[in-house]
Amino acid sequence: MTDVIVVGAGPAGAAAALMAARDGLEVVLLERGPFPGSKNAYGGVVYGRVLDDVLPRWWEEVPVQRWVTRRSTMVLTDTQALTVDFRTTAWGEAPYNGCTTFRADFDGWLAGKAVEAGAHLVVNTVATGLIVEGNRVVGVRTDRQDGDLRAPLVIAADGVNSFLAKEAGLLPRTQAKHLTLGVKEVLSLPREVIDERFGVRGDEGVDVELLGCTRGIPGGGFVYTNRDSLSVGVVVSLEHLAASKVRPEELIADLKAHPAIAPWVEGAELKEYTAHLIPEGGYDHLTPLSTAGMLVTGDAAGLCLAAGLWLEGVNFAIGSGLAAGRTARRIIETGDAKPYRAALKDSFVLKDHKRLRGAPRLVLSERVQQRYPGLVADLVEGLFTVGNPTAKPGALRLLRGAAKNNGVKLRHLVADGLAGGRVFK
Amino acid sequence: MSGYDDIAFDDRMQTVEFRVAERAHIVVDSDVCRSCTTKACVSACPANLFAPTSDGGILFNYEQCFECGTCYQVCNAEGALTWTYPDGGHGVVFRHG
Ligand SMILES: Cc1cc2nc3c(=O)[nH]c(=O)nc-3n(C[C@H](O)[C@H](O)[C@H](O)COP(=O)(O)OP(=O)(O)OC[C@H]3O[C@@H](n4cnc5c(N)ncnc54)[C@H](O)[C@@H]3O)c2cc1C
Ligand code: SF4
Ligand code: SF4
Repeated sequence: MTDVIVVGAGPAGAAAALMAARDGLEVVLLERGPFPGSKNAYGGVVYGRVLDDVLPRWWEEVPVQRWVTRRSTMVLTDTQALTVDFRTTAWGEAPYNGCTTFRADFDGWLAGKAVEAGAHLVVNTVATGLIVEGNRVVGVRTDRQDGDLRAPLVIAADGVNSFLAKEAGLLPRTQAKHLTLGVKEVLSLPREVIDERFGVRGDEGVDVELLGCTRGIPGGGFVYTNRDSLSVGVVVSLEHLAASKVRPEELIADLKAHPAIAPWVEGAELKEYTAHLIPEGGYDHLTPLSTAGMLVTGDAAGLCLAAGLWLEGVNFAIGSGLAAGRTARRIIETGDAKPYRAALKDSFVLKDHKRLRGAPRLVLSERVQQRYPGLVADLVEGLFTVGNPTAKPGALRLLRGAAKNNGVKLRHLVADGLAGGRVFK
Repeated sequence: MSGYDDIAFDDRMQTVEFRVAERAHIVVDSDVCRSCTTKACVSACPANLFAPTSDGGILFNYEQCFECGTCYQVCNAEGALTWTYPDGGHGVVFRHG
């Protein structure tokens, strides 16, 4: 007898299966791809601390590319770049902060933990629909012969397009407004070349977030270092991308041709091109987290945290999956999903989302996306350009000029500054 | 900035593994597309699988699809797209996703 069917062996599903199996439940973990991670693409960096009390010393075995010890935020215009750059040796030693890793490796590793705990991983199998009796989900249909599977609890961990949540009426069929599209190129470069270009050594790595590089389409870009490759990509509002008629790969080409980025990727060869959607609606557009007989986790529930400087989906997926797996037994016994919702509320998953609920709107706003990159770049260029024999202009005059050139009123700047202070407090 | 792509699109897609299924997992009803004013799928599909035809319709091939969902999310007309996942084990296989 199966107690729990988990659909999707991404981070959310693997974490849920791991905890439910540890609790002694019979767990089936379904994955439509030939192996976990085969359908999944992200930036990316995994922030692993969420695993501290589940897999002690996880960092000794996680399939890491590089440990991120340096993090930069870069604001770009066509001709300018302003970077805030931070590095710390603390992130290069246990318990670490984040690592670059590929999903085929990472998702496989985490699903392996669930299997070790006793979950049954079934790959090459699509959950094609829900089995509903009365108003209760009692199982899933699959594309296997005689493929109906029944269980007192289904955990939907089927990602951003979650057709299970859609079928249950929890998620609208389309919602381009709250989605972004991410496209990524993995570019090979010799390890030493990466070390040299990015100023790192050994297994140290760099995470660069980019703003202002997407032709005014709300979004941003990224460059991450892997062992012997770079991950370079953009994440853009689906609605605005479609309206702009710009092709997504052109945005990556732009990025790679930018004077600040081109020297990093020179001579690099394309190893793989990938694309995936991201739910970016944040707290105000979460999917209802449960319906009778079913819990919704990870991206399926819209739990990816996309708030400007943060793009954390894997750790949030794991956090919600752990909560679902831990509460599964009680939910099966009582038939009430309240313990799952309560566990999420008590964890970083909903706390961080609630705190940053205003971020998606602010970060994707027209001024932050299209005007402020130019404004700050012009301001800094003004400060550091030595225009002798002309005397240096005052900072306030420079700010006024930069604001005017970029079509920003000072009162907007003050208002957005205050809004930013409230959103990120 | 430039509008060019630095690598031919076919070469780009050659870097991705596809285990092509016999069943087409996405079907486009070109008759519906003919009355579509945005043709949003054409530029937005990251795999560039939607080709406008001279009669105003769409020619679509499912074989090199990322299964990302972009097309049905931006699609302008009800009923133009039938969208499902490929049968288990088929479709795109990412190695460095
Ligand atoms: C471009 C990009 C960059 C990103 N960068 C980062 C980053 O740097 N750091 C970070 O933490 N997050 C990042 N994210 C977000 C992160 O990838 C997601 O939030 C995370 O993968 C969500 O995990 P999940 O388990 O909920 O869903 P997924 O990882 O999408 O897993 C869902 C699984 O379910 C399977 N599945 C779906 N439907 C079915 C079905 N019907 N039957 C069987 N199996 C099914 C899929 O094959 C898949 O394996 C990024 C996302 C993108 C797109
Ligand atoms: S957007 Fe939809 S209706 Fe319009 S051309 Fe594309 S598939 Fe057809
Ligand atoms: S799912 Fe994505 S890759 Fe496939 S056809 Fe639609 S937009 Fe293109």
